[in-house]
Amino acid sequence: MVVFILKRLAMMAVTMFVASFIVFALMEFTPGNVASKTLGPYATKEQKDILFEKLQLDDPLITRYVRWVGVLTGVTKDPLQDPELGLGFEDPRGDRYFGNFGWSLKYRGPVNDTLWRRLENTLILAGIAFAIIVPLSLVFGVLSGMREGSMLDRGLSYTSITLTSIPEFASAVFLTAVFVLLLGWLPGTANMQNFEEWSWASQMVLPVAVLVLYDFGYVARMVRGSMVEVMTRPYIRTAILKGIPYRQVILKHALRNALIAPFTVILLQIPFLITGVVVTEIAFGYPGFGKMLLESALFGDITTVEAATLIAVFIAVSTQLIGDVGYMYINPRIRFT
Amino acid sequence: MTDRANDDIVLEIENIGISYFTRIGEIPAVPDFSLRLKRGESYGLVGESGCGKTTVAMAIMNYLGRNGGVVKGSIRFEGRDMAAMSGEELRDIRGSKIAMVYQEPMSALNPSLTVGTQLKEVLVVHESVSDREARDRCVRMLRDVNMPDPDKVMGRYPHQISGGQQQRVVIAMAMLSNPSLLLLDEPTTALDVTVEATVIDLIARLREKFDTTLLYISHNLGLIVKVCDRVGVMYSGSMVEEGTIEELFKKTRHPYTFGLFDCIPTLGADKRGRTLEPIPGQVSLPHERPPGCAFGPRCKYFKPGVCDRGEIPIEHLDGSATHRARCLRVDEIEHVASSAGSEVDASDGEVVLDINRMSKFYEVSDISLAAILKGESTLYVKANEHLNFKAQRGRTVAIVGESGCGKSTFAKVLTGLETATEGEIVFEGENIGAISVEKRDRKLIRALQMVFQNPDGTLNPSHSVGHCIGRVVRKFGIESDPKKVRERVGEMLDIVRLPKEFATRKPRQLSGGQKQRIAVARAFAGNPSMVIADEPVSALDVSVQAAVINLLNDVQKQYNTTLLFISHDLSVVRFISDEIVVMYLGQIMESGAADTIFEPPYHPYTEALLSAVPIPDPDIEQKRIRLEGEMPSVLDPPKGCRFSTRCPRHLGEICDEREPPNQDAGGGHVIKCHIPLRELAQVEPIFHQKDAAA
Repeated sequence: MVVFILKRLAMMAVTMFVASFIVFALMEFTPGNVASKTLGPYATKEQKDILFEKLQLDDPLITRYVRWVGVLTGVTKDPLQDPELGLGFEDPRGDRYFGNFGWSLKYRGPVNDTLWRRLENTLILAGIAFAIIVPLSLVFGVLSGMREGSMLDRGLSYTSITLTSIPEFASAVFLTAVFVLLLGWLPGTANMQNFEEWSWASQMVLPVAVLVLYDFGYVARMVRGSMVEVMTRPYIRTAILKGIPYRQVILKHALRNALIAPFTVILLQIPFLITGVVVTEIAFGYPGFGKMLLESALFGDITTVEAATLIAVFIAVSTQLIGDVGYMYINPRIRFT
Repeated sequence: MTDRANDDIVLEIENIGISYFTRIGEIPAVPDFSLRLKRGESYGLVGESGCGKTTVAMAIMNYLGRNGGVVKGSIRFEGRDMAAMSGEELRDIRGSKIAMVYQEPMSALNPSLTVGTQLKEVLVVHESVSDREARDRCVRMLRDVNMPDPDKVMGRYPHQISGGQQQRVVIAMAMLSNPSLLLLDEPTTALDVTVEATVIDLIARLREKFDTTLLYISHNLGLIVKVCDRVGVMYSGSMVEEGTIEELFKKTRHPYTFGLFDCIPTLGADKRGRTLEPIPGQVSLPHERPPGCAFGPRCKYFKPGVCDRGEIPIEHLDGSATHRARCLRVDEIEHVASSAGSEVDASDGEVVLDINRMSKFYEVSDISLAAILKGESTLYVKANEHLNFKAQRGRTVAIVGESGCGKSTFAKVLTGLETATEGEIVFEGENIGAISVEKRDRKLIRALQMVFQNPDGTLNPSHSVGHCIGRVVRKFGIESDPKKVRERVGEMLDIVRLPKEFATRKPRQLSGGQKQRIAVARAFAGNPSMVIADEPVSALDVSVQAAVINLLNDVQKQYNTTLLFISHDLSVVRFISDEIVVMYLGQIMESGAADTIFEPPYHPYTEALLSAVPIPDPDIEQKRIRLEGEMPSVLDPPKGCRFSTRCPRHLGEICDEREPPNQDAGGGHVIKCHIPLRELAQVEPIFHQKDAAA
């Protein structure tokens, strides 16, 4: 077990390393050099040349990557914060600390100022959605998988296929039309401001609803499929013919086995909800992580994009690790071999 | 009927009809079935698959699924009508009064709950005892079923114990609340023969101790003889003959029962002594049953105008209260079992295959922290070690042994799916041990073909039978002209006795036996000089099994092919083979001509195997030798003789420490044992006829 976790941690580090290199390389290869991208469209030629010199952008890619990692991990100073350059890039955290992602052009400040606030917002949104999606789809998935072909089962199948196939922007527009324009019950944006007019809760309703509608059907179908399969297993027959009450057969014998397969799928919803909510965030103007990633990419703010991508990769990799360990926990056949 | 008589009857099934309701309408799986079991009795229900044995058991449990149900008649358990019971009452009876033991213990146990949890809940649900008391009683019961180290087993998960131990757990679970009726659905079919023997002993002992009524469902007649007082033979949903063991086995009357006896190989005779007579055709599907006798279409005593009219009643025979048969011509039939064996061509003695000290080791890595720190993270599984034997052209060599003995690994090395770690495999003068199948030339692959256990898994479901056989013909350059290829495919189908029209069929349109025939045709289509058959008949019903064995014999004779027959079934092996190789834990324990293996001197392991084989003849007595313990792990085999940990004739230190010598008993009969040949030869034969006077 210990060896297993250590191995996975090592693999996680390697994945992060490779991912960071790819992200760095891709950003470097986008049109225009880093100096002009850092300074933005209004900088003069001289300014760009000075920065080009300072950043030693003639060096090979690998050297620049090592330098970038150095700044990121706080081993070396951030050259951009050098007062000599007169860029005015000032970071209250200093110019040498772990997790220094650099200066955001789009948000006019250290990336760290925006990044964490946005991530927090998204975590709140995703967290609420996740907390609704998982229990809801477990309950419906198990109930309909328990009696394959029943009314509930067929109803759920149709509903979930319909819901999953409606794109998020369509349901966002539809819900807005009904609840905002027609009924006027809810606000059309969720910009997390003006709480006097629309409370925090009322602002969250629509974005969460869109996410739940989109994702619930998918997870529920996974749980249902697994449950249907488990219910045909001979050990369920054994349990019933042992005279165990049906409720207990489901809760004690079926449920745990039925959760083994969808477990990974459920955990995969975490990275999806954090980085994949762009559409929802844009639709409601929600100041989240996905919206930030899109805005900075459109603006050409490479430092923010690099930072956000790294965070996203980190989230994906760590959910994977949690998933593997959890999978071992719920499936004894993997735990003891 | 008085109350006292009722008391004695545990189960009374009266004229029940069981149907399944599907899209094509009602399917009468069991049209009419009656059965009466007295307390403490053991009753065997036999028949081929699809005859409705399991359906009857499930009906007794009142568990027929949502689309099944009892449509007429009644099932009374201890005087109470099962159909009238509420869900609550039914639950009360299930698992406490009527319990069940299943065919596949691995899948019958919940993989994610510990053995202890699954055992305890029976008592907690039915008797509301405390967890502590439940635990104590479970441990006691595990001890009763001879489970080694019951305390530890309680905390284990099902996959952590062996198949035999899993079945013990299932039996313990069934016996926990002392049921009055125990249903056993093929309880030992999935187990090795020596394990089967111990499980059967165990059930017999528990039955005596707890006075339980047993309903044994099995296709294995040998097993039924050992464990039952009365037998019922089922065919296509009806009872066709019923009687005591003595009556049914010695005064057999129904043609189907005769048919069953004629198609099972026994240890008494081989292919020279008798032929197997498969029952032609297949069990008719429930909704396509012919009028009159359901067995009619397959019966050689069928008389039109008599057997195909109206309902045929089951009648008592010769004034016996117990012996009944469902046949109108029962008094006219004079059944003669065929005894003529087939002529076996003398081999020209040319050695086709010479295995010389061949070994196959697998490397596995132990990833536990302790092993890595000690630097012992690589272990070797010695799947095959120093195998030595020869096979002559046109002969059949059987490799027998229980699961895990390395017989399938050997087949893999021979076909090149794996390569030998050391030693040689000389096939037609060429050492092929180190050549993997990708590197073998077409001629060699053609010369060495295989028939597998499961025909379903080996035929591509989207290709027609003709395509599958034709491909072999083309690939191996037998024929290339499409017309000639088609001709050859037709010829092969002819040889395996299937109509030529089958060439256009897809595997899903064929029955299991037909698929296996196609597999045989495919293997022989390229004129191989050797065919390796890995458990080719163990997934098939007895009558189909007989047909496939006959087929293999005939085709082999026709092509003068060497057949390497891998099997765990000693009766089949006895019938088909000329030479036998007995393997245990990767090594050859004994090898020699077939008849010498079945007579003393025996290797102690062979002796134990033979004593465990169920014999379908109440007149034959077997010496009783039971192996203790489990087969050791291949990762850590005993240092001296591989069999030393379980050997009933263990000599002492020499067996544990030193590898035994290969002793030559003459005529190519080799026994790997420390016990001197003279002593081995002195044992009594395993089988002997019961005294006629007794």
